[in-house]
Amino acid sequence: MSELLQFLFSGLTVGAVYALVALGFTIIFNASGVVNFAQGEFVMLGGMITVFAHAAGLPLPLAALIAIAVTAGVGVALNQLAIEPARGAPVVSLIIITIGASIFIRGAAQLVFDKQIHSFPAFSGTEPIHVLGATIQSQSLWVIGGAFAVFAGLWLFFTRTLLGRAVLATSNNRLAAQLVGINTRFIMTLSFALSAAIGAFGGVLVTPITLTSYDVGLALALKGFAGAMLGGMGNPKGAFVGGLMLGLLESLTAGYLSSQYKDAAAFVVILAVLFFMPQGLFGRKSTERV
Amino acid sequence: MLTVEGLRSRYGRIEVLHGIDLAVESGEIVTVVGANGAGKTTLLRCLSGVQPVSAGAITFRGEGLTTVPAHRRLSRGLAQSPEGRQIFTNLTVEENLRLGAFLFSDDRVDKDMQDAFAMFPILREKRNLAAGGLSGGQQQMLAMARALMGRPACLLLDEPSMGLAPIIVQQIFDVVSGLKALGVTVLLVEQNAFGALKIADRGYVMETGRITMTGPAAELIADPRIREAYLGI
Repeated sequence: MSELLQFLFSGLTVGAVYALVALGFTIIFNASGVVNFAQGEFVMLGGMITVFAHAAGLPLPLAALIAIAVTAGVGVALNQLAIEPARGAPVVSLIIITIGASIFIRGAAQLVFDKQIHSFPAFSGTEPIHVLGATIQSQSLWVIGGAFAVFAGLWLFFTRTLLGRAVLATSNNRLAAQLVGINTRFIMTLSFALSAAIGAFGGVLVTPITLTSYDVGLALALKGFAGAMLGGMGNPKGAFVGGLMLGLLESLTAGYLSSQYKDAAAFVVILAVLFFMPQGLFGRKSTERV
Repeated sequence: MLTVEGLRSRYGRIEVLHGIDLAVESGEIVTVVGANGAGKTTLLRCLSGVQPVSAGAITFRGEGLTTVPAHRRLSRGLAQSPEGRQIFTNLTVEENLRLGAFLFSDDRVDKDMQDAFAMFPILREKRNLAAGGLSGGQQQMLAMARALMGRPACLLLDEPSMGLAPIIVQQIFDVVSGLKALGVTVLLVEQNAFGALKIADRGYVMETGRITMTGPAAELIADPRIREAYLGI
């Protein structure tokens, strides 16, 4: 029992990070139809910039804020410099551009920072919390809570605010969005900024647990993408649940089978789900009249 | 109210509008009729700023509009209900209408929405349903109502009768002629020349990117050339 609980705790922690990456994927996908494979680099930047800003003497919260803001700026730059000029190109080309951008960001991070593994102190100490024979790090609670907060915030944004609906409208019909007075370029900029900020936030939360270096982004992007696909691409609820499920799957496989198989088991389950439900768990069945 | 002078537009290297001159006075219903491919939709796309203009000028309420970005034209008072409806299929009917008033967040939004529901009662019934599930006629009503939510002085209407049953077409045209009473000027583009000319004050006939005839709608309906070419009489 305590063993299972232990695996669930670690699965939720990892899953929360995947969920944040998957939510980032969802926002940009919804706004532009592009799967942004540089999403993992945003997580890396969030962690790395915080590390170096903190090392330079800034208090941790300020360093984290700066990291999130700078990463949001990188997201905007990615849109303005790489995606927007190629607008009109096939989506596959845009996706390849994001892969190129992720390689570029990784290379730049290696030069600007270094190739070492870094961390910074956990937010509320390292004293583990004991629950029913299992232990959970206090930082894990930060990660899980942060993911839930971001999800709730996004849900409110998309369902309760006019600007959020304008984002949905832009993704659904760019022409009509312009005709009702929505500045669709601003919506794109906003989506990239928001997506990058969420990724960076995930990086800030998880770095005290998993540590960070210039090259952590790629694996996270793949896992986050898998989570988003599992839940149904383009659906925030799907991204969130898909990310959490992927984390749990990995952790349970690592615990009960072997940690060597954790990636394989997770991806086999995803393949099975997508084989029977190509739209993902929460994917919308599209019925539209024309 | 709306003046177009020497308007030219091209898709890549192919010019589709070869110098359009057109004027709409305040309070009028003006229609542009013509066959499929004449450039009518391109003309409206230019007016709304979603299609590049290669030469010529658009003036609206005394101000140049040619270089104003698309999303700023509604705040100048120019709305469009585009070809093919282009509603937000993943949002509800009510959300579609609310986004039509994206530029506004005052008390009048609610009132305008009630007016829209009064104009098209079926939309009130379906207001919490996804707009993508509406029938073609209902989608057309939604597209027009959404455009009106933006409080336009002038409404550009692109092919509102396309693909609809005759009874719905009649209902749509009735609403269009009723817009006059609401103080909305209308520029109506139609392949259904007879229906459009019947409710319009003046008409323009467009052929392969040029205006070939213009005059009061009643005269155009009576013109033998028009009757033969567009009315099938």
